[in-house]
Amino acid sequence: MFEKALIGSRRYWGWIILLVVITGVGFIFYLQQWSYGLGITGMSRDVSWGLYIANFTFFVGVAASAVMVVLPYYLHNYKEFGRITALGEFLAVAAVVMCGLFIIVDLGQPVRVFNMILHPSPSSLLFWDMVVLSVYFLLNAVIAWTTLDAERKSEAPPAWVKPLILLSIPWAISIHTITAFIYSGLGARPFWLTALLAPRFLASAFASGPALLIILSLIIRKFTKFDPGKVALQKLAQIVTYAMIITVFFLLVELFTVFYSQIPEHMIHFQYLLFGLDGKATLVPWMWASLILAGVALVLLINPGTRRRENILVVACVAVFVSIWIDKGLGLIVPGFIPSPTGEIFEYWPTVPEALITLGVWALGFLILTILYKITISVREEISA
Amino acid sequence: MDINRRGFLKLGGLAVLALLAKPVVDVLSRLKLVEASPTAEALVGKRWGMLVDPSACLAKDGCRDCIDACHRVHNVPDFGNPKDEIKWLWTVPYEEAFPEQEHEFVTEGLKGQPALVLCNHCANPACVSVCPTGATWKREDGIVMMDYHRCIGCRYCMAACPYGSRSFNWRDPEPFIDEIDPGFPRRTKGVVEKCNFCQERLAEGLLPACVEACQERALIFGDLDDPTSKARGILRRHYTIRRKPGLGTDPKVYYIV
Repeated sequence: MFEKALIGSRRYWGWIILLVVITGVGFIFYLQQWSYGLGITGMSRDVSWGLYIANFTFFVGVAASAVMVVLPYYLHNYKEFGRITALGEFLAVAAVVMCGLFIIVDLGQPVRVFNMILHPSPSSLLFWDMVVLSVYFLLNAVIAWTTLDAERKSEAPPAWVKPLILLSIPWAISIHTITAFIYSGLGARPFWLTALLAPRFLASAFASGPALLIILSLIIRKFTKFDPGKVALQKLAQIVTYAMIITVFFLLVELFTVFYSQIPEHMIHFQYLLFGLDGKATLVPWMWASLILAGVALVLLINPGTRRRENILVVACVAVFVSIWIDKGLGLIVPGFIPSPTGEIFEYWPTVPEALITLGVWALGFLILTILYKITISVREEISA
Repeated sequence: MDINRRGFLKLGGLAVLALLAKPVVDVLSRLKLVEASPTAEALVGKRWGMLVDPSACLAKDGCRDCIDACHRVHNVPDFGNPKDEIKWLWTVPYEEAFPEQEHEFVTEGLKGQPALVLCNHCANPACVSVCPTGATWKREDGIVMMDYHRCIGCRYCMAACPYGSRSFNWRDPEPFIDEIDPGFPRRTKGVVEKCNFCQERLAEGLLPACVEACQERALIFGDLDDPTSKARGILRRHYTIRRKPGLGTDPKVYYIV
């Protein structure tokens, strides 16, 4: 089926070339980081994780959110999702690749990454995250590819795929839970030390992932003959709505405990994030933008009149995606380090090379996604022709 | 033997893998960390610990003897900026070292005074639990060690340490080392480092460099499992506190009140 990715319109190739160029630019800056070291980024002794780990966390969520189409389709036999399930699974595949790349570019000694396999350390959540993410990647790649291949041949998918599909459902939950555990198990960082972190991660993932899927579906429908179906998109919009309500609810629950308990070491990080400390407030406008976007998205999503109009729905989905990217990216990682365990308020802001390397990983992820979607759509166009 | 192209390729691939595996395994088996076998004069302890006497420490204003000695013998670079900074032994204001002890009426002259801080060599170290490669581990005698050659630079340990005791080599440290001591390994960029209780000196029968450098005798190093040690004697006679004891890390650095 892969050959279908090699035949496309001028626009398709133009898009591919654009993504390759952006990836290339990112790679050139990565070479610079390779020779200089991670000091090329905005990270510091105090804020030792930044944009890379933020994006890693966010895209684990996007990957996990595939379960929001897989579960209704396979477990509840919700037929409307038939055309969109492969899109969700391939999105998960591309997202997991991005996660892996974000970890690699964040490592100080990337050539030693196999030490994680040579010296497996079950007490480390990073070890388990590697295990669950690799398996999740394989599950989705195998499932989506096999079912698509069967679809092309107008056959039922082979019987052995079914157990893999069933396994992929709890597995999706596991990747984001373990990713949350990386943070929420650290006594050193009161900002993350909350049992609500994993549920919050899942809720925000189930809002941002399907929101992205709606945006992608609308783009696909605009540029190809493939229509994921209006009913399917509306169902996804409902999922985004509920997940976004739960996300905001969880945030408010967290804020209640933090501020009502008045425990300084828990409050101080949120104070930095929402209001700034000692006049240092780099993240404040971003966090408020995230909150405002979340509010706007909720209004547009909860009101059925606006949710059902696709041109407004897409605005709501972009608002959800951006809001959660800020909240779960910069807003989650950076304040965990500010103030530092010894009280220093040393701020973080990504540098240009760091941002371009990040953009390069995004471009590579979207390149993989484009190719996988192109194959899917070509197969479907071939069937309907 | 019946063999088709596919089978041949598979076999060939396996053979190449096996050939590649041999040197890898060889290198790995050599890497089996040669722990410096204790010589006759080595200082051997069951559970090393350190005591800091802040009143003695503050006797000499702006004194940096211990810090300079530590950073000199361990080839710690001086980047001159807080972003890239690497520190094994340093000072923070008293109220930042002991945030839960700070109050409005804290003993006059204590507030804002420098408190000496270093790796606490916790009995229950969070950094060791989170390390995905075993590059940081706890020795039998309680010293929390770093293997600069196994560290992949993920910095999970830095997120996990409640004391900010770990530093990362954001760039090549070598040009920023004043005078390279060939007796101690230099680090490459991209790995984490921290205080090692001078395990390399203990193996030669020497006390930690900071303890030796302190003329005020504000630092006391000893075996906490030996009731006759000087450290235990002081612990018996004085009230001591530790940093963030509520986290359950069980630090092995004690501060005399």
